[in-house]
Amino acid sequence: MSSAKRLWAVFVARNKEFLRDRGALAWNLMFPLFVVFGMAFAFNGNNQEVFKIGVDGAVASLPPGFAATKYLKFVPFDDQAQAQARLRHHQIDLLVKPGEPLSYWINESSPKGYLAERILLGTDAATPPPVRGEVTGREIRYVDWLVSGLLGMNMMFSALFGVGYAIVRYRKNGVLKRLKATPLKAVEFLTAQILSRMVLLMAVFAIVYHGSDLFLHYERLGSLASLYLIYTLGGFCLVSLGLLIAARATSEELAGGLLNLLSWPMMFLSGVWFSLEGAPRPLRLFADVFPLTHMIDAARAVMTEGATLSQVSGHLAILAAMTAVFLAIGSWSFRWE
Amino acid sequence: MTLVLEARDLVLRYPGASANAVDGLSLAVREGLCFGLLGPNGAGKTTTVEIMEGIKTPDSGAVLYRGAPLGPDFRERSGIQFQETALQEKLTVRELLRLFGSLYPRTLPIEELVKLCDLGEFLDRDSEKLSGGQRQRVLLAIALVNDPDVVFLDEPTTGLDPQARRNFWGLVRLIKSRGKTLLLTTHYMEEAYELCDEVAIVDRGRVIAQGEPDNLLKKHFDGVTIELPKADFRTGASPLPGKVVERDGTMEIMTAEVDAALASLTAAGASLARVKVRARTLEDLFLELTGRELRE
Repeated sequence: MSSAKRLWAVFVARNKEFLRDRGALAWNLMFPLFVVFGMAFAFNGNNQEVFKIGVDGAVASLPPGFAATKYLKFVPFDDQAQAQARLRHHQIDLLVKPGEPLSYWINESSPKGYLAERILLGTDAATPPPVRGEVTGREIRYVDWLVSGLLGMNMMFSALFGVGYAIVRYRKNGVLKRLKATPLKAVEFLTAQILSRMVLLMAVFAIVYHGSDLFLHYERLGSLASLYLIYTLGGFCLVSLGLLIAARATSEELAGGLLNLLSWPMMFLSGVWFSLEGAPRPLRLFADVFPLTHMIDAARAVMTEGATLSQVSGHLAILAAMTAVFLAIGSWSFRWE
Repeated sequence: MTLVLEARDLVLRYPGASANAVDGLSLAVREGLCFGLLGPNGAGKTTTVEIMEGIKTPDSGAVLYRGAPLGPDFRERSGIQFQETALQEKLTVRELLRLFGSLYPRTLPIEELVKLCDLGEFLDRDSEKLSGGQRQRVLLAIALVNDPDVVFLDEPTTGLDPQARRNFWGLVRLIKSRGKTLLLTTHYMEEAYELCDEVAIVDRGRVIAQGEPDNLLKKHFDGVTIELPKADFRTGASPLPGKVVERDGTMEIMTAEVDAALASLTAAGASLARVKVRARTLEDLFLELTGRELRE
């Protein structure tokens, strides 16, 4: 009972401290909104000047006239379902399957698909008459894809620096030492810090996601509850990582360096801005050590592919395991001084 | 009288240091008294109190609270004002008192702390916007929030102006009058003389003298100090009765025979126009015992 009372007192104090720091609060809210709207604006026009034709099979077995057409980019697929999903969300303009006769699929709501079909039918691919198929689906814009990454990245900075830096500052200026002299236990203090930051992370997440959704109307294919669960688990994992960094560091410079060392590679290699699908395998394996990679992959699968929780359970299990390890080492090695 | 706190043969060496910070130090603090640890910066005072507070663990030696080793409940029975502590930012004084209050099972009402430490004026002010003296009063109130049996004050008036320092002394006396046992560290000899019933002079991690301030002075000194600017000083054929040292361009003659010393100076042709005669202080005692200045 008294333990809960102490935990609550530290939690409330930390919340007040943060909410009254107007600068930090504004930064936490404005930064992600700026980036989301900025990116949505910058990538608004579809400036792609080529047509992307998915090929279910070998590109070499396409009719040579069609294959030689300028400004067509052929993207081979092994998996028909995956290729159709791409077509559904306007990530490719047309899907063709070489054969006698040739088959093709188009998305009726895609203007570029319509043009790509005209091109196809104007080449040697038109004889013998090909078999036409259709898919339907709304376009997945870059911003629909990007928003999962931006929300994750913002959460990462807020979790790592908000927890890591704050605890090191407390240690350096003696606040922790003062608390150590009271009956407060380390686990109570740390739990209060985690809870306070989690409430903040999820509040910012809700405001930024739903706030920008009002204007950008995200094309979310999976469930909102899954999305919340993924970000809660991912945020918890990143907060634990911040705690681990702050467990012993006594200088803000050292902690700042370590936090930057972690956050920068994550920002570029965890798939925030661009997909790692085409990246070399060693790089993809390296990116898998970052919790942010798993959080973004899972969230993006829900967002743009309509994945269910069980389909992303691999990522969730890795996040949960990482959280447990970070928390265990962080609280075991924690020092007040 | 009951012993409240006892330190026995404390030794602590910081990693990488060439000497022990605390080097076989023992002392005993009696109930209801203000005990002062005196010494220059780096003497080991803070390390000693932090061991006695249970914040640091000594390499060897033991601390006893009312005859038993420090247990986890000592945190509830003690109040600490550290030498350098920041307060949580963006919280008002009232919120800080509430925060610390909720960490203890038994507490003094906030109104009582406010009255005791005279916080009324700035109770709802952001802790970042307090003056030095106000901060120290808030830190003292936090140290008292659990109505402790023993109060540790580590250099509580360092950096305060003389008025704020005297004001703080008043608070310390008030707390003492409530029957608390106090352990105070300071490098201001005047402060120790004003507040402490008993002092231990610490140098290089050891106690070099201990006792009531007046008794200590009596034991080590009889007589007074005569001060004279060096330019005015002369010595004649007969030696001066007493010990002569030079300090910062001033000659100090420590003697029990004031008249004879002054006569001898006059006889040698020294000018007494700028002479000062004063009682010996703890400051002199420290110099006498260590050959070093306190605030070097």
